[in-house]
Amino acid sequence: MRKILIKNGRVIDPANKTDKLLDILIEGDKISSLKKSLPSTAEKVIDARGKIVVPGLIDMHVHLREPGREDEETIASGTKAAVMGGITSVCCMANTNPCIDNVSGVKFILLRAKNEGLVNVFPIGSVTRELLGRELSPMGEMSKAGIVAVSDDGSSIMNAKIMRRALEYAKTFNLPVIIHSEDLNLSQGGVINEGKMSAILGLTGIPREAENIMVARDIALAELTGAKIHIAHVSTKESVGLIKEAKKNGIKVTCETCPHYFTLTEKSVGKYNTNMKMKPPLRTQRDIKAIREGLADGTIDCIVSDHAPHLDIEKDVEFNLAAFGVVGLETLLPLIMVELVEKKVLSLFEAIKKVTLNPATILKLKKGRIKVGECADLTIIDSQKELKIDTGFFHSKCKNSPFIGIKLKGFAVTTIVKGRIAMENRILVSN
Amino acid sequence: MKLKNKDLLGLENLDKKEIQLIMDTAGPFKEIFTRSIKKVPALRGRTVVLLFYEPSTRTKNSFELAAKRLSADTLNVPVSTSSVVKGESLIDTVKTIEAMKADFVIIRHGMAGAAEIVSRAIKSSVINAGDGAHEHPTQGLLDLFTIREKKGKIKGLKVTIIGDILHSRVARSNIWGLKKMGAEVRVCAPATLIPKEIETMGVEVFYNLNKALKDTDVIYTLRIQLERQKEHLLPSLREYTEFYGVTNERLKYAKEDCLVMHPGPMNRGVEIFGEVADGKRSVILDQVTNGIAIRMAVLYLLAGNKQMNNRD
Repeated sequence: MRKILIKNGRVIDPANKTDKLLDILIEGDKISSLKKSLPSTAEKVIDARGKIVVPGLIDMHVHLREPGREDEETIASGTKAAVMGGITSVCCMANTNPCIDNVSGVKFILLRAKNEGLVNVFPIGSVTRELLGRELSPMGEMSKAGIVAVSDDGSSIMNAKIMRRALEYAKTFNLPVIIHSEDLNLSQGGVINEGKMSAILGLTGIPREAENIMVARDIALAELTGAKIHIAHVSTKESVGLIKEAKKNGIKVTCETCPHYFTLTEKSVGKYNTNMKMKPPLRTQRDIKAIREGLADGTIDCIVSDHAPHLDIEKDVEFNLAAFGVVGLETLLPLIMVELVEKKVLSLFEAIKKVTLNPATILKLKKGRIKVGECADLTIIDSQKELKIDTGFFHSKCKNSPFIGIKLKGFAVTTIVKGRIAMENRILVSN
Repeated sequence: MKLKNKDLLGLENLDKKEIQLIMDTAGPFKEIFTRSIKKVPALRGRTVVLLFYEPSTRTKNSFELAAKRLSADTLNVPVSTSSVVKGESLIDTVKTIEAMKADFVIIRHGMAGAAEIVSRAIKSSVINAGDGAHEHPTQGLLDLFTIREKKGKIKGLKVTIIGDILHSRVARSNIWGLKKMGAEVRVCAPATLIPKEIETMGVEVFYNLNKALKDTDVIYTLRIQLERQKEHLLPSLREYTEFYGVTNERLKYAKEDCLVMHPGPMNRGVEIFGEVADGKRSVILDQVTNGIAIRMAVLYLLAGNKQMNNRD
């Protein structure tokens, strides 16, 4: 069995509350030893001196676009981007074409992931058939086939009664329901946040209330049903407040945000920059402040990319016609490092927890920890590694990033998935 | 002095000096075309393309006359007959026009930001002839020119813009231009037609027209569209007219020598009554005449700007 030894790294594992210099020995696909100063008998030794070794990162909100939009991304290309971002597990959203609302869809994803995927792929099934918000999807069967949650992400279930039934039904199978909170009537026609920028640019705004109202409604329905809900991509101050209050009241709600919501505001739309167009839209400085506070006080459990690749031809068009969404797998970690860790919003330990242990706990994945006998998914981070984000930086098929042109620091330098070195020194390692 | 950019996309990006330069240049051009021979050779050999994605008679005619009175060659690209209907992207369309060696592309488009996208894609000078609810800079300039012509100044005047501010590019260009020139700007409409946070552009919001008109030097009425009724923005045009229609009776609340303006086309009996539109305070037809002078000035100044000469 092939052995890999990672020496002298600062090992951070929130699951064991570990933060110390340790060596890690990998045998096959498992971690076989975790000690100070292990002998260098392995055929492959990685010197991690001065670097940080963490459980492989989990991004629980990703759009891999397969099946249906293989021109934008595939399971192969998306997981390649994940590896470069230090992410060893992704959960892929159900809004593909056709969408994942039945067992064969789930099996297709798992098969493709097995054959082409470079990281662990956990499919998410839809809540309603064809994501239409009308009839329930076969959550039980899909759960048996391997989904880890259900979500109609990209759309909202506007009918509260259907949402109630969906939550009850998902609870039967202990499936968390990941909710894209958007009142579609209030947001209709909107392309950016409703506020100063929409007034100046003459674009239709999406009021923050479109998100807030649905977060409030679904917290109420979670209380009614006792189901587990997870609010996706929180973007407003009010959402953070509502979720904080709900958690205090013992309602089973968790949530996530994305780097762009703790980094950018509506101002970044500038002169119609379509790489700043996503849902929910970029908000304001006070929202950034509230989201950072929510991350710090534990209201916000996870940080995800909401990786949403779109081709140039879908972005180099009139702002109203441009697709919503941005790529994010490859910039997730450095943005956490620069914007949260370096700026002391979160300790490194807490930051890592939000992309390892917390998503693993919410989705009950046997991932996100460094433990002898368990699968060797590991990420080695160089906190000093600096890179300029330009279109050449990306391994995803698409480059629609709002961070193009800036420099970031703190990248994954080595990614190990199930005991295989998938990336070393920022270079992909082929099978 | 020269304009700073190769394009005219909005009044937000112009400074006070540039606005003054355009107005000062428009004066002599107005004199030229009030003669019997209305043409000068300033733009001889230049090509002006009019790319109109939305129906427009007066703006297009005004630009076309302005270009012709400067001796430029004009080409109309109306959307219905162009390849746009075949699904060509905006950028491909304008790159094709650029490849025909157009010096100017004048674009009217239903979506905000369209002119901006075009200006980034091509080297020709781009003039925004209205992009969605964003800006209509030459309208704003001709309105400033008309106010200055009639009042002798802009600074310190109180201007009240009445109507569908939410959907109006004319309102936005006027707000930028008037604020830069030192006027006080009020906007007045039912709250459904006022964009959220419009105050950040430096205007005061009124829902009551009589109050808004107090001490007003310039009344600027906007066209109200019938569709707004279906979008739940207005219960009926009749009700709009009752509260916001400009009548002779209403003028009493404004200053005695106030001007009445409208960008056209008017809905008589809806946002403005005939007695006002045709009355002695109306400068609506002056706006039309001045529009040509302003557009000649803009074309002339952009043609003289450095970037364009370098390209030749």
